[in-house]
Amino acid sequence: MNLSSFIDVFHSWPSLLNGLAMTVMLTLVSSFLGVVLGTLCAWGSLRGPKALRWFIRGYVEFFRNTPFLGQIFFIFFGLPALGVKLDPVTAALVALTINLTAYACEIIRAGIEATPAGQFEAASSLGLKPAQAFFLVILPPAFQRVWPAMTSQLVIILLASALCSQISVAELSYEANMIASRTFRNFEAYIVVTVIYLGLAVLFREMLTWVGRRFVYGEFATVGQR
Amino acid sequence: MSNLAPSAALAPALPVSASSGAAIELVGVNKWYGEFHVLKDINLRVHRGERIVICGPSGSGKSTMIRCINRLEEHQQGSIIVDGIELTNDLKRIDEIRREVGMCFQHFNLFPHLTILENLTLAPIWVRKMPKKDADELAMHFLRKVKIPEQANKYPGQLSGGQQQRVAIARALCMKPKIMLFDEPTSALDPEMVKEVLETMVSLAEEGMTMLCVTHEMGFARQVANRVIFMDAGQIIEMNEPEAFFSNPQHERTKLFLSQILGH
Repeated sequence: MNLSSFIDVFHSWPSLLNGLAMTVMLTLVSSFLGVVLGTLCAWGSLRGPKALRWFIRGYVEFFRNTPFLGQIFFIFFGLPALGVKLDPVTAALVALTINLTAYACEIIRAGIEATPAGQFEAASSLGLKPAQAFFLVILPPAFQRVWPAMTSQLVIILLASALCSQISVAELSYEANMIASRTFRNFEAYIVVTVIYLGLAVLFREMLTWVGRRFVYGEFATVGQR
Repeated sequence: MSNLAPSAALAPALPVSASSGAAIELVGVNKWYGEFHVLKDINLRVHRGERIVICGPSGSGKSTMIRCINRLEEHQQGSIIVDGIELTNDLKRIDEIRREVGMCFQHFNLFPHLTILENLTLAPIWVRKMPKKDADELAMHFLRKVKIPEQANKYPGQLSGGQQQRVAIARALCMKPKIMLFDEPTSALDPEMVKEVLETMVSLAEEGMTMLCVTHEMGFARQVANRVIFMDAGQIIEMNEPEAFFSNPQHERTKLFLSQILGH
């Protein structure tokens, strides 16, 4: 293996670019949906009716304690048996979102539970309704507490999207497989996509840090916390 | 005990407006935490404009009693009527009562992620549906009243305890409550900050606010209260005008309590 052996891989840059675009799309869409749904699940698991709490508990336990590959196979190959047929990209998005929601729910729940009860009491005593108190008073500091953990989880979802190649979603790993079988340059193809994943993960983490500073912490990050 | 500036405006007598009816009425209120009987047959009528100080040892139920008035705690027996509305499980009634009753807590409970101004405008905007500009003006009015308008754009973590408690009072006042509940508002403060908070409360009392205050600041009680209540083991043991309460307590338990807190 020398530098020239990478040339075959780089010749396939349009495929790599398409794969990269698909990986980015899968990550961004599932991250957004996963965090939103995870937040709602966290609320439901703490403040919802008993039946909903048990349902969310079961859902979180199941999806945090089974392999993601099994989950994606079940959604893509198993659901058609129940009459729900999804195309590969939709199945991948559903699987990533469902998986991330379970983890995000637990992360956000931990942040909410660390919020002193007095905050909710103060909001209630001012006449805010429970949902207003949750979203305006409880959730923002909870997010601030858990944003670093959430950032790690979102980077994990970016890397886990590689498994979507197993149901023939043309993302980055899938394109690496294709290039490897076309050129017989297995190591080279995987080295190139690994470096791309590394760059992507670092970029994504930096982006999330910026999002945190801009939307989660705000000015409070520098002056509010003591 | 704090040495507050004397106020001739506050005589420990029932206000004239008392005849206009009760602001708060507790009739036969009982509450349990599991097996623990925390409030035992509480009967209390608070007139409009009246200022009541509640004292008693730890665990006597004084905080629980005032927390029942705005439904932060649920009572299991008896009735609580606030501003003519009986507290039930009906959420509309609870909302209605909370709009009329402001509360200040021992640990201030300001929202740490919001600026002081945002802390004050949150409820007027979301509960009273006030336009932001009006809410800002209202908030600045009350910040001037508690003498810290210059802190409007800071965060709670940047303020001293006394300043935070004054912000908490201003935050409650922004909802224009008819009744204010204070749950040990000076207990978490350094001694030199107690005075500034008590002075804010005195000025509120001078304006005729109906106040229920759990505190051990007996100087404040003497100066401001119409009645002082002593609670022990979930019961109201003694209730009297401040002068009689301090100079001639009737109950042995009250005498012991007063000798302990006034003696040191």
